[in-house]
Order: sequence, then C-alpha cells, then structure tokens
Amino acid sequence: MEFAELIKTPRVDGVVLRRPFMPTVEGTLCLTGHHLILSSRQDNTEELWLLHANIDSTEKRFVGSLGTIIVKCKDLRVIQLDIPGMEECLNIASSIEALSTLDSVSLMYPFFYRPLFEVIEDGWQSFVPEESFKDLESMTDEWRLSEVNKDFSVCPSYPSLLTVPRDIDDESLCKAASFRHGGRFPVLSYYHKKNGMVIMRAAQPLTGTNGRRCKEDEKLINATLCAGKRGYIIDTRTIAVAQQAKARGGGFEQEANYPQWRRIHKAIERSNVLQDSLIKLVEACNDQSHSMDRWLSKLEASNWQSNVKEILTTACLAAQCIDREGASVLVHGTEGTDSTLQVTSLAQIILDPACRTIRGFEVLIEREWLQAGHPFQQRCAQSAYSNGKLRSEAPVFLLFLDCVWQILRQFPCSFQFNENLLIMLFEHAYASQFGTFLGNCVAERGKLQLSQKTVSLWSWVNRPQELERFLNPLYEPNNLVIWPSVAPQSLLLWEGVFLRWNRSTKCLDEAYQEMVHIIEYNKELQNKVNSLRRQLAQLETEDSPLQTP
Amino acid sequence: MEHIRTPKVENVRMIDRLTPRKSTVGTLYLSSTHTIFVENSEAHKETWVLHSLVYNVERLPTNSSGSPLIIRCKNFHVYRLLIPQEKDCLDVLASLTQLSCPERYGELFCFSFNPNLDKELREKAWGFINLKAEFSRMGIPCNLWHVTAANHEYRLCDTYPSELFVPKSASPAVIVGSAKFRSRGRLPVLSYFHRDTSPNLFIASICRSSQPLTGFSARSSDDEQMLQAIMKSNPVSEFMYVVDTRPKLNAMANRAAGKGYENEDHYTNIKLQFIGIENIHVMRNSQQKLIDVGELAAPSMSDFLWGLENSGWLKHIKAVLDAGVFIAKAVAEDGVSVLVHCSDGWDRTAQACSVASVLLDPYYRTIKGLMVLIEKDWVSFGHKFSHRYAHLDGDPKEVSPVMDQFLECVWQLMQQFPCAFEFSERFLIQLHTHIYSCQHGNFIGNCQKERRDLRLQERTHSLWPHLWENRAEYTNPLYRTDHSQTQGVLKPLTTAYCFKFWKGMYGRAEKSVASHQSPADCLNAVREESQQLEEELSSHQEVPREMDAGQGIHMHA
Repeated sequence: MEFAELIKTPRVDGVVLRRPFMPTVEGTLCLTGHHLILSSRQDNTEELWLLHANIDSTEKRFVGSLGTIIVKCKDLRVIQLDIPGMEECLNIASSIEALSTLDSVSLMYPFFYRPLFEVIEDGWQSFVPEESFKDLESMTDEWRLSEVNKDFSVCPSYPSLLTVPRDIDDESLCKAASFRHGGRFPVLSYYHKKNGMVIMRAAQPLTGTNGRRCKEDEKLINATLCAGKRGYIIDTRTIAVAQQAKARGGGFEQEANYPQWRRIHKAIERSNVLQDSLIKLVEACNDQSHSMDRWLSKLEASNWQSNVKEILTTACLAAQCIDREGASVLVHGTEGTDSTLQVTSLAQIILDPACRTIRGFEVLIEREWLQAGHPFQQRCAQSAYSNGKLRSEAPVFLLFLDCVWQILRQFPCSFQFNENLLIMLFEHAYASQFGTFLGNCVAERGKLQLSQKTVSLWSWVNRPQELERFLNPLYEPNNLVIWPSVAPQSLLLWEGVFLRWNRSTKCLDEAYQEMVHIIEYNKELQNKVNSLRRQLAQLETEDSPLQTP
Repeated sequence: MEHIRTPKVENVRMIDRLTPRKSTVGTLYLSSTHTIFVENSEAHKETWVLHSLVYNVERLPTNSSGSPLIIRCKNFHVYRLLIPQEKDCLDVLASLTQLSCPERYGELFCFSFNPNLDKELREKAWGFINLKAEFSRMGIPCNLWHVTAANHEYRLCDTYPSELFVPKSASPAVIVGSAKFRSRGRLPVLSYFHRDTSPNLFIASICRSSQPLTGFSARSSDDEQMLQAIMKSNPVSEFMYVVDTRPKLNAMANRAAGKGYENEDHYTNIKLQFIGIENIHVMRNSQQKLIDVGELAAPSMSDFLWGLENSGWLKHIKAVLDAGVFIAKAVAEDGVSVLVHCSDGWDRTAQACSVASVLLDPYYRTIKGLMVLIEKDWVSFGHKFSHRYAHLDGDPKEVSPVMDQFLECVWQLMQQFPCAFEFSERFLIQLHTHIYSCQHGNFIGNCQKERRDLRLQERTHSLWPHLWENRAEYTNPLYRTDHSQTQGVLKPLTTAYCFKFWKGMYGRAEKSVASHQSPADCLNAVREESQQLEEELSSHQEVPREMDAGQGIHMHA
C-alpha cells in the first residue's frame, strides 16, 4: 500500500490540540492514509477526524524540542497541534503535506470510503435528465432531448443529453458548437412555466477579430423566440473584457447578426480575481486584533461582498427579463462554466419555488453545476489558505452558495432547507468522503467510474436521519417569485462560513434550537387538538340520537 | 395653527427611490401636529409623520414633473414627495420648517397629546416605574448603603435626583465636600448594586459622578474620603476602579480648566482606567456620516463599506460596549467596585453604567427592566434629553446621539445572545422614536428638577404604561425565563467583526430595503397560535369530564 510509504510516524502520544473557542485536547495523534486523527482516549471527549484532503496548507515551528504544526483547512478552520519531539513533528508535517497533496484522483478517499449506513436511495441514480425532460414535456412541446453529445465529442464538458429547441437538428447543433468556446452551444437551462420564457446558457461565441458569424448559432437561439419577440443576451463580462476576448478568438454576439437580441454586459469577476478575494477575506476574518477601522477596510478591500452583490444583481436582472419583461434570456461569459452557472442557477432560485425545496435544490446543483460541467476538481483543489502557485482554483461555487444564503436570509420562510445545507455543500465541494464533486465534468466522472466506485453525497443527504438537520423549521411553501434586495446594507457577511471558527456559536445554536422547539411544540399541539376534535365530533354523532328527544 | 399656510395639497407623489414603480399618488394634509399622506389608492393607506420627529425639510429645484420635497426624520425615516405646484411646495416647506422647530416647552406635542385618560389613571401611570422599588430590588438600603437627604430640593446638585444613595459611612460633611469638588456638584453616588448569589458573594457596586476639580494639583479630603467609603462598602475588596470613560488626552486637557481626573497618589487604593469614548461632538458627526451612507442613491458595496468605516460609528459603538464589558467584568468576576465618570457624568457615564447593568443583571434585559434602567440611569440622573435630542430649537452643538448608541449596544448584544432579551428589536426602535417624538412627558427637559418645575406629571402622559400594555408587540419569541442565556452575566465578544450595521434602524431611508420576512414575527405568530391551541385543548379536556360526570360516558384518549 503506497500510503504507508508516506507515513513515517503513524502515531505520536502526548499531542496537544488547540482550537480557538474550544477546549484544548491532549491525546494520541494517528495518521492513516486519508485521515489525521487525534483521540484523547477518554470517553465523552470529542475526537478530531480530519480528512487529509481538507488540509489546505500547513506551517511548522519549533520552540526547543516542542514542535507545532498549524493546520489550515479548506473549510477555513485553523488548528494547532503541539507535538513533543522534533523528529516526530517533522515526520508528521511531511506526511500531512504529502498526503494532502496527492495528485491522483483515484487515490482520493471516496474510492476507499465504505458507508456505515445502508444506501436506500442511490444518489447516482436520483437525478436523470430524462426525468427533468418529462416535466418539461408536460408543459411545452417546443424542446427535444438531443443525444448529439452522447460520446462527448461535440462538447467535452457537456453531459450526453441536452435540451435544445425542437426545430434544430443535431447537425446544426454541431455547427453551432464549433462556433462556441469549448463547444458549449446554447442549451436550455430553465423554462418559466408562467409565461413560457426560457433561460439558455452557452459559452462565448468565437467571433474573433474579424467578426465571424454562424447561421446555425443564430438560428438556434432565434428558435427560442416567439414571433416578434425580443430576447436578452446577458454577457457576464464587461464590454471591455469581452472586446479583449476577440483577440484570443472569442468575442460576443454582434447586433447585426442577432437583431432580435439585446446584449447587456455585467461585471462578474474572473476566477483568479475571485480566489484572491477569498484569500483576503479569510485573512481579515482570522485576525482578531484588528481595530474596527482596519477590519472594515480589509473587508472592503477583499471585495468579497462586492462580488456577491454583482452576481446577485446579474441573477436578478436575468430573472427580471424573464418574469417582468416576458423576454427569454441567453447567459454566457467566457467558458460558460463559472459566472454563467452562478447567474442561471440563482435566477432559478428567484423564479422557481421548486428550487427552494431540498430536493429541487439538489436537482439544481446536479443540473446547473455538476452536469453543466463546472470544473469542481480544478476550482476546489485549494481554498483560502492556498499559498503556492494557483492553477485554476476559484470559489465560484462558494460564491453561489453565499448568494443563496443572502436570499435565504431575506426570505427566511421561503426555503425548505436551512443554512446547514449550504455549509455542508461548501465543505463537501472541497473535501469529502463522497464522489459527487470529484472530476470536472460528466465525461470525466464516467471515466473515473464514480457511480460504481464511490458513494454519492445525495445517498447520504437524502436519508431521513440526515435530512432533518437541513430542514428549515420556518418553511412555508411560497409560490411567488422572490426578489432579493441587492442594496449593500441588505447583503451581510456570511458568518456561518467565514466567522464559523472565530467565535463561539453556543448562543446562536441555542437560539436555533429554541426556534425548532417553538415550532415543534406548535405541531404537537395541533395534532392533539385535531385528534380531540375528531373524537369530539365522533362522540357527538354517537350521542346525538340519545340527546335528541 | 398660524404656521399652516396650506392645510391640504392634492396629487402629491410619494416617491420610492429604489423601486420607482412602488411610488404612490395621494393627498397631503398638514395638521398642527402631523403631516398626513393619504394614498389615492383603494386602500387609502395613510402615512402619519409627527412634526416633532422632523429633522429637516429640503426642497430640490422644481423640474418638469413638479417640486421635490424631502422630509428627513429624527428616526431616520425619509419621505420624498413630489408636489405639482411650486407654490404649494414652498408653503409646505415654510409650514413644516416652523412646526418642526418649537421654541418653548409649551409648544411640544406632549402638552396637547390627549389619550383620554382620566386624572386618576394618569397619575397612576406616572407611578408605573418606581425607582425606590428598584433600589429595594437591588437590596438597598442595607447595612452598607442608605439614602441621603442631602440633595433635598436639589440644593446640592440641581441635575441629580433628589434621592441619592451613598455609603452609610460617608458623613454629611463628606457628602457636601465631595459635591463641591466635583464638576456641577455631581458627586459619586450609587448607580447599581451587585449582589452575587454565587459562592463568591461579591457585593461590588457601580457608582457614578462627574470629573473631579483637580486641575493640576488640587485635592479634596472629603472627596478622597468619599471614594474610600465607597471602596470600604465592599468589604472583600482591597481596591476600586475609577473608570474615566474619556480618552486620556481629553481628560488631561480638562486639567487646564481646573477639572481633570483622580490622582492615584492622592486617593488610596484606586486604579484609574481610561476607556476612550469620544465626546458628543465626535459622535454627532459620526452619526451624520452614517446617515449619509444610508442615503446614498445607488451605492456600490465599496461605497457602503468605506462610508461605514469612514463614519467611525461602529468603532464608537465598540468603545461604549467595551466600557460596559470592563465594568461588568470588574464587578462580577473580580468583585471590585467601580466609580464611573466622564466630564459631566451625564452622557458617556450613563452609557457605560447602563451597558454594564444590562450585562450584569438579567432584569434589565426584560421589557420592564429596560424601562427601569432608562428611568434610573438616564432620566433621573440628568441626561439632557431635550438638549441631546433637539426637542426645542436650540444650540445644535448640544445635540448628540448618546441614547441612540446605548440602544444600539443593546441591539448588538441581542445579535450575540438571541435568547437573552425579553424584548425585540422593535422595542428598541420604538423607544428611540419616543425619545425624539415628545409625545409623552418622560423625556422632556434635561433633569428631574426641570421636569418637576414644568409639572410634567400633571400636564403630560407617561410613556411606560402605554408601552407595557402593548408589550405583546415587542416580545422576543425566543425569550424564556428559564433559559440559560437569561441567567447571569453576559460575556460578549467585542472583536471588530462581531459588530454589524443596524439595518433595522439606519436602513430605513428607503422603503424597499426593508426586510421581506421576519423570523421573529413568524415565531410570534406560531407562539400565539400555540397559546390558542393550549386553551382549546384545556377546554376540550374539560368537556369530557363534564360529560363523564353527567352521562357516564368514557373517553378513550
């Protein structure tokens, strides 16, 4: 077993674990192929089980023969391990370093993890495109399911089945694909039942500097417009950035070639900028010595909240086009795998009450993120403590979750799930025992045989025992479109993620429990009263012959 | 009434700047006490704005659609009107400018406000909060502290209450001598007495005063004996803290004017601690900047965060809360008594003492308790309400949001301890409005003597019973008397990131920024329903028993 070679010292006694706002634990540190474990070997004391994959970076320092390793995790927690013995400390540090940076996906924990629970519903089979298409078919016959990408040759990052306008044949799709970055031709993202308007998504068109055009692409998106109707193209980049893209063969739709479409440019930042923003934000949150001025200026300088605002604003714009203007929308940025998905998925949360249920939200993540080819493995390889050279890491998904949290906070009664679900998704996107977020697209996941070799996150989440933790006690189904406020004062720092380890949450947890208690007590009373009412009604009918003279 | 030039203007548009489609058209009425906007819509929705709540009225240049008028209120509501005729707009502007700036107490709303209570009820209402009962709740008088008549008829200090609690061991001569050595005669007296029921059995106290008249070298043996008496009233402790809530530089500068702070060499066993809360002028400017941030037309996130930082507001809130935390810790954890002062001892001192009291005593976290605390630390001890909250047209330099900051500290604490307070955010916002509105007599004037001279109890109504009757509107659904957060001392974290922008208070300039759904309202509704169900349940359960007795039918539950 190759892990053993990396573990020079599998066990050290007398290790002290220090975490902010939690009691220190002294115990035995053990390294396994996938976990760092610290156990005090006493009953009732919490053990630390940390996935190596969760470790973002480590630092070590020595005072005499006492070594200290600071472990910074992708879920943003920072822990300190005091290890007696310089050699032990060095060995542990180098093992952690090696085990947390394994290159091969097939060595990741999900391939070794065996669930301790019985898989009742296999999450790998929970969301099949055919099912969603059946729903669509019941509302409209203008769309068809195309198998043009069944071997992933037309677009490597798309799934094998795609929803496209009925009147566009596969041949045209291939041509349109050759005109879009990465072959990501326009496909259906969302159908608004109320008025039949749609959100489509794609990658940028490859117009280049000489203004190439593609009749099939034009025909494809025009096919989604009703006669005489206009649509909106939301380009998530600024006009300047979109112009620059032409030099590299990309570009944007020219008005002349798409006369029925109005193009709007927004300013969602590129991945590398977002990663930088995350690093700065977390740095600010982790320094408790900051004065108020310094804290606010660092928060501002991180630009994180600005990014949240820009993404939400763009999503509101898309939703407004659909619901208020009665116009269809095509969304794209450059590759169509990042900001595009943020916008299309958030717009659906605003527009579609189904996306605000747990099941519907899972469907949304599966369809708009996993199947749509958001490169999770690349984006989530490193988190806020990444200090090495970055490749394509970016908190695109985390920003999406942050935006969902903002809407959830503004509409606390309109979501079936609570903040815990969002935090859990953040954790698992970065490090998990489940295979769901491995790989970068459907094709890659197929090659890795994830559905055969790993357990799906959804198999676990959808167990009734687990689901309970994610249910919002305040939920009252609300069939309306919900319009979040994007004013800066309405957008807050997501404390549940960014201050999670920097304060005690005891009082807030108690408040949550209190809320659950109030609602459960009410339900209990309702049941009692209902059953009594029934009994009374029954008694009355039984008694009535006696009482009537 | 002579101020009202145009009592009624039609076809006025009330503008929602963020969501223009939510703007409404209606009729504007001016009464002697209110501006009233009645929408033309089916519902005839009415918006009432009290003249005394108007902070300023601004007219923008007339444009093709009419004359814009902005009414800004002291509780941070902003109403944007568009009046078709410029002349009407000028009339409304002139009327409102006069109506919102009364020059004499007699013109204030409270003297005309008549909720139809008979004389007896009105008098009873004024007795709703009883400070003697409050000191007795604390266990005062006791063998160490007693009431002194030294300030009878306000002859010792005209801005203090007539009844003062001092150490039994302080002789009348010491009391008078100490008053002479303190700015405006505000001698050290008891504000809060902490009886610890835990094994520590601490009996530390919080006392308050103004700054001593030390100058560069003066001393007073009476004042020194007074502090000694306070320290000795806490037998287990060997020293006491003197908390000077000012920045040290300000305190030093005061020495040049013959004032200053205690010299540790002259007072035995005191530890002097400066906290660094800025003065009323800094706070006034800071809040104005914060309000400006809230009024920005379409701010970017950077504009907002930069404006928030630049205002310094949260920094000041943190300073006030830190002062409270320091005092509470000294009293509860170290069992050491504290004397708190600033310059005059009616602004920062009131803030620090009352924040510490909220942290120390769960009673002050109840609806009634907060009323008592405000009545004790603010009203009775001569916080200058009429000056600070600009009840009358007066010196703008006297105006400062001192109470706003106290209420916000409580709000910040509510964010950290959601189950610890019986009241909700709405209660704080309501209190804030009443402090400015002059609808009731409680906050009129600047000290007890002035209120007595104005015969407020005979001529106006008290706010407290009114709030108490409506307490259901102000309750926090998460509050439970037997919850751990409602017991004992609160120990908040005061790291910078724990402080939030108070959107419920300062985010009200635009209607559409208001929260969409409130979990508190939702939970209150659930609790109310539960209560009805409980009643139904108990009545149902009684029915079978009656049937049981009367007809011999058995119920199988």
